[in-house]
Amino acid sequence: MEIKEKESVVVRFSGDSGDGMQLAGNIFSTVSATVGNSISTFPDYPADIRAPQGSLTGVSGFQVHIGAEQVYTPGDLCDVLVAMNAAALKTQYRYAKPDAAIIIDTDSFGPKDLEKAQFKTEDYLGEMGIDPDRVIACPLTTMVKDCLKDSGMDAKSISKCRNMFALGLVCWLFDRDLDVAFNFLREKFAKKPEVAEANIKVIQAGYDYGHNTHSSVANVYRIETKHKVPGRYMDITGNKATAYGFIAAAEKAGLKLYLGSYPITPATDVLHELSKHKSLGVVTVQCEDEIAGCASAVGASFAGALAVTSTSGPGICLKSEAMNLAVIMELPLVVLDVQRGGPATGLPTKSEQTDLLQALFGRNGESPMPVVAAASPTDCFEMAFAASKMALEHMTPVILMTDAFVANGSGAFKLPDLKDYPAINPPYVPEELRGQWTPYMRNEAGVRYWAVPGREGFEHILGGLEKDDKTGAISTNPENHDLMTRKRKAKIDAIPVPDLEVLGDKDDAELLIVGFGGTYGHLHAAMDELRAKGKKVALAHFRYINPLPANTAEVLNKYPKVVVAEQNMGQLAAWLRMKVDGFVPAQYNEVKGQPFKVAELVEAFSKILNKE
Amino acid sequence: MAYTFNDYKKGQPRWCPGCGDHFFLASLHKAMAEIGVAPSDTAVISGIGCSSRLPHYMATYGMNTIHGRAAAIATGCKVANPDLTVWQVSGDGDGLAIGGNHFIHANRRNINLNMILLNNRIYGLTKGQYSPTSPRGFVSKSSPYGTVEDPFRPAELCFGARGHFFARAVATDAPGTIEVLKAAYNHKGASVCEILQNCVIFNNGTHDAVYSKEGRAKNAIYLRHGEKMLFGENNEYGIVQEGFNIKAVSIVNGQWSMDDVLVHDAKCEDNTLQLKLAEMEWPVALGVIRDVEAPTYDDCVWQQVEEVKAKKKYHNFAELLETNDIWTVSE
Repeated sequence: MEIKEKESVVVRFSGDSGDGMQLAGNIFSTVSATVGNSISTFPDYPADIRAPQGSLTGVSGFQVHIGAEQVYTPGDLCDVLVAMNAAALKTQYRYAKPDAAIIIDTDSFGPKDLEKAQFKTEDYLGEMGIDPDRVIACPLTTMVKDCLKDSGMDAKSISKCRNMFALGLVCWLFDRDLDVAFNFLREKFAKKPEVAEANIKVIQAGYDYGHNTHSSVANVYRIETKHKVPGRYMDITGNKATAYGFIAAAEKAGLKLYLGSYPITPATDVLHELSKHKSLGVVTVQCEDEIAGCASAVGASFAGALAVTSTSGPGICLKSEAMNLAVIMELPLVVLDVQRGGPATGLPTKSEQTDLLQALFGRNGESPMPVVAAASPTDCFEMAFAASKMALEHMTPVILMTDAFVANGSGAFKLPDLKDYPAINPPYVPEELRGQWTPYMRNEAGVRYWAVPGREGFEHILGGLEKDDKTGAISTNPENHDLMTRKRKAKIDAIPVPDLEVLGDKDDAELLIVGFGGTYGHLHAAMDELRAKGKKVALAHFRYINPLPANTAEVLNKYPKVVVAEQNMGQLAAWLRMKVDGFVPAQYNEVKGQPFKVAELVEAFSKILNKE
Repeated sequence: MAYTFNDYKKGQPRWCPGCGDHFFLASLHKAMAEIGVAPSDTAVISGIGCSSRLPHYMATYGMNTIHGRAAAIATGCKVANPDLTVWQVSGDGDGLAIGGNHFIHANRRNINLNMILLNNRIYGLTKGQYSPTSPRGFVSKSSPYGTVEDPFRPAELCFGARGHFFARAVATDAPGTIEVLKAAYNHKGASVCEILQNCVIFNNGTHDAVYSKEGRAKNAIYLRHGEKMLFGENNEYGIVQEGFNIKAVSIVNGQWSMDDVLVHDAKCEDNTLQLKLAEMEWPVALGVIRDVEAPTYDDCVWQQVEEVKAKKKYHNFAELLETNDIWTVSE
């Protein structure tokens, strides 16, 4: 048996969307994180909930990247591919490295399975050009049945445990301690201990199978953790981290948290997560439509809550009118846009960054609105907190952008202590203004004061019609409208945001890579690779997009070459060109619904570097 | 503390002279004073349209929002702060056309809102197009040859959405309006009040049969729970059952007598009879037609919060974190 010491390894679990690949992947990442490995995950699931069994369209994947050092992405290609059936092998093999180990369930490669997966012959490995020496072929279904034959479980329940056999096999391959997986299952199935024990038995069987039969065939990988940041951690997806950020902000501000929402992929998990936490006083209303989701949040904001509405691009289209109402009424609101592929219904389960210009401009009238974007699954927590603070302290709707990749991906999350986070102080009307206050009086930051219903003496009417700056009454006065428009804009422009950070060769980079939001990991990994090859490269990644960091122009103009890389046709580049005089960057644009490939980025950036 | 209608009044209404909204506004001020909820604990939320200007004439908290969304915005407001008394004001376009979806769902959820539907069967602010309550064949600027569509009947829509409260009043009838507004306030849950209101400019006379006191004496019936359904200048008519239907009959000409006249039951869970009453063309039913108790959404939401608080062991963010699978990375 050969033991490979590796810096990082990528494993991809794939099977039918009902095969439990997400669960197997999740447990494996938790097990790895527990030993201190850095992790990054990427679930890649089909739009169909249950496509016909064994069909090419029904394949669901879960990729996890574990590393001794910090890993920034789930990895381009995998070192180990688990293919639970013929269709999975057919569709997922393209994500495997040329020397990847491939685990297949030979029981799912019968003539019918091969036909469904559109193989032409029975020599499926030959058809795909796969070297049989790289394949761990095991009759997985048979072995699971055998393992659980005395369990008293029915055939269907037994078949559901197949994923755990694959997990056991992978755990063996990576020399993982199974206890963590066992504890995970015992907790997950606390109410069904017999299911937990059955799964545990199967994991052990998978592990033992690997140990006994394949020790001469495959490699065993060892990933030693190098730079540990001590602390307590949990695995968290971007959507869950976003929900946690809102909860934390509401607690910090001493407000109720209200979510008005309508289910939409890939944002729904935020609704699910927040709906669980009634014991924290969180109220979620699953509304009749996207419009009501946002409108009800505006109502909740008026009533004094931290109001949030969550959606994806198509929902933003529908919410934009109510978002604009919050703009003119100057009420706090956080609008979460978990971006997916568009336009229209587009690619519901895939990831893009194509809503940026919609977020910045997609409303009638002069409608300035802060836009922030999360860079990673765990950063969703930070940005949800920051967006909430910004909304509450500046009395404005704020758009928080994430994307399907960041929302569904996960990372190790160092448990935050709220004591380390800044206070959130909404600008409630000071008592001394009693008797002279009008609704559009502003504080020194140009922010309208907040008078929450229930407070005697501050009764007032807000609305979607333009109001007089002084009296708060409806006004069509041309000078006043011009003034109010400017005041609303000035208020947003004046919001303080952190400076743009430059990573890598910040003093002498030949090329500055620029991106925003969920591509951070890939751009960072590409920069690292280029620097490892001796190139001078830096990365400036935007999390605050409106207003832009104060040093934006300075950073963008500092380097000989700049490339803006984004998963759209150049929306951030357009925004930066609008905001920074004379800025003409190179662009790298890709709209495939899939994360960037680091190797492709490295190649493209090298070309830019080499061009005179 | 006792309030007068002046405590709820603000500004100078800008509606056309003679518009039904003026009458309704005055009744709303008076009803609020009689109800006695402080202006600071009251929120009046409207959409867009002539009648949706109403919050600007209120000395309460309120919002004149965007077209059609008043019910949805009021929903969030009420759920976030159930201590507020929330009045949602819409016209027939705002409430039943562009806002129809929110109207039915606010009723279905039974949010504790007082939902006012000012029905003049026309779009006034956009200067005279037919509305979803205009009768078939209605001639307007956007239907010069008459509409080719049937109108909504607000009560039917409310009941179809499982609404538990429906009342009707005529804008010019202050006592009748105040009575239904107070009943709407007292009803816990979504309370729809259809206010029949005239548009002097674009649909003058649409409610003529019942707009004057004399008209109502002839053509309207005031329904009161537990009382016989009688009407006419001398109560000479009554509502009786015939087969599966009801009808208005004379009880003085010999065929029908007082004994045949039905007693109004607004509290009846089954809305069959209430729907028939609401849809009578003659006489027009006024007053509280349906008033059935049911759990309200906002109550249930906060009740559930309390239940879960008692059951779950985590009550702040730090405790929430501890509910996850946590591992420790040591030096």
